[in-house]
Amino acid sequence: MSNIGSYEERLKNFNWSISEKELDYKPGQNINIGWYCSDRICRQGKGDKIALLWEGSGGIEKKFTYHDIRRASNTIGAFLRDLGIKNEDRVCLFMDKVPELYIGLLGILKIGAIAQPLFSAFGDESLFVRLDNAQTTTIITQKKHAPKVRKILDQLPCLKHIIIVDYDGKNPLKEREIPFSLGKSVPVNALEIFPTKAESPSLLHYTSGTTGQPKGVKHVHYALISQYLTTKWVLDVQEDDIYWCTADPGWVTGTSYGIIGPWSAGVTQCVLDAGFSTEAWYRFIEKYRITMWYSAPTAIRSLMKGGEEIVRKYDLSSLRHLASVGEPLNPEAIIWSERVFGKPFLDTYWQTETGSIMISNYPGMKIKPGSMGKPFPGIAAAVLNPKTYEPYKETGKIGLIALKPGWPSMMRAYWNNEEAYKNKFRNGWYLTGDRASIDKEGYYWFVGRDDDVINTGGHLVSPFEVESALLEHPAIAESAVVSTPDPINMEVVKAFVTLKPGFAPSVDLELEIMNFIRRKLSPLAMPQALEYVDSLPKTRSGKIMRRILHAKEWGEEIGDTSTLEND
Amino acid sequence: MDDVKDVILNYISGEYLEEGSDPITYDTPLISGGIVDSFSMVSLKRFLENRYKISIPDDEATPEAFDTVTKIVELVKKFVK
Repeated sequence: MSNIGSYEERLKNFNWSISEKELDYKPGQNINIGWYCSDRICRQGKGDKIALLWEGSGGIEKKFTYHDIRRASNTIGAFLRDLGIKNEDRVCLFMDKVPELYIGLLGILKIGAIAQPLFSAFGDESLFVRLDNAQTTTIITQKKHAPKVRKILDQLPCLKHIIIVDYDGKNPLKEREIPFSLGKSVPVNALEIFPTKAESPSLLHYTSGTTGQPKGVKHVHYALISQYLTTKWVLDVQEDDIYWCTADPGWVTGTSYGIIGPWSAGVTQCVLDAGFSTEAWYRFIEKYRITMWYSAPTAIRSLMKGGEEIVRKYDLSSLRHLASVGEPLNPEAIIWSERVFGKPFLDTYWQTETGSIMISNYPGMKIKPGSMGKPFPGIAAAVLNPKTYEPYKETGKIGLIALKPGWPSMMRAYWNNEEAYKNKFRNGWYLTGDRASIDKEGYYWFVGRDDDVINTGGHLVSPFEVESALLEHPAIAESAVVSTPDPINMEVVKAFVTLKPGFAPSVDLELEIMNFIRRKLSPLAMPQALEYVDSLPKTRSGKIMRRILHAKEWGEEIGDTSTLEND
Repeated sequence: MDDVKDVILNYISGEYLEEGSDPITYDTPLISGGIVDSFSMVSLKRFLENRYKISIPDDEATPEAFDTVTKIVELVKKFVK
């Protein structure tokens, strides 16, 4: 029997107090995610239960019980507090998927500071804009990533501490760097937990928009109420499950469902800190007897590319429940997973801003391959007419996916960007920026983005950010960035560039530009295709018309070109 | 192909390793070891194609085939005429 039971029954009389009761939380009391994910589980008598089964590159294994993560997060929290870090200070986690990342997040939250996880593959410029915007005081990182921090240190006067978790003494530490070893520190058994309340800030996740710099999405401790219940009802985690969320905590899935969801539910979870390979993933599932697997369409399509023969080499019979997030899951992938794993991947839909799953397919509900499913109980969703911002009354109309604010994990602000935050609302609806339609049975069907943001492999990339970085390359005069279709990542970044006098198009220059962006921003933002053009389509006022380039890439109608400069 | 091996090893060391990282060998796991991710594999493939004037089909450019310098050399050899 699944945790949700009947979806239809759950819709009746739904109230978030269901989650509050399960978590023994009463409105007005203290609520601290770090405490809920470790101390509370120990108090329930499950301290000896495995919380984390971790495997790194080369097969190195580590195991942590709930007692271990409680003490280890206390130790990190105490270390930070001794450095003078106070509640609401921003502490960035800039690491690969090492245990210190997962446990460190709890430690930061326990002292009331705000955790700012960032993807460790970010280049120095991507890192800089996010640390600068948040006025981050401390960064916890590994020695391999420290050089990127050193490059931007002079421009970050607020950044007081750079904590290196794996310092080996080989090279001298640089300015503001401090070593910290979880293994060698004296464990702190008791830590005074900062008395955070429901609206106390907890996390700052950065997301990309069409224009401007990335925005810091502020979440609060009360988000736990949504994250816990969606973990129970959608991901269906149960007492004996071995859970694997493949997302990196540098992105919101990796924290909401790679740390907070499973640990607040007292589940054993696995982490594989190694690059993707079909064999490595199947071997990992077999070795740890994983039962619940939460992954992404890009990974699923990569597994499909690996073929079915390889699946038969492994015993994957432990798998009980599969779910997917990041971008729409194509029907072929669902049909394939049913054939090879005996179970479909259930698609889930949500965003950095929503903090938890909003629209989903549920255990026991009829699955329509390719559909996003239905809104989570307690979530009022609609498809709006893009002109009036009123919900369509008829089914089948394509419009804007919108959500009525009020669920616990809704973002509370964009960090220092009130205007951008206000722009996300119309007529009392939160606008997701995605388009969809609803069928007669109430299932949502994803259509695409309503803006120019590129969703590559489930990660949002701002064309503006890539265009700006391209202009810093000495050969580039002008740039325009759009998405182009990709069989694995759904879409990837494509750049159109004009060159400055004295530079000639060549394949070597193309590679140089690709690597320039990869190092500066991130591998995700690197154009996977680059086209040299003599000029870019512009409006008469000089604005680059990305939609014309986008339409050509996707084989769509170009539409109105009356404002085109050379028309 | 020893020269090819060193060219590729030096390219990967220069492009994908952070300053101060442990040096890689011909058999260091690149993809499974997290040194080169699936997005960065595209630029590595482009480098090989430019340098050796070859075209590597997408279905041959798998994480497994790119996992070590030794394996990459084997892949390049298949396409160099």
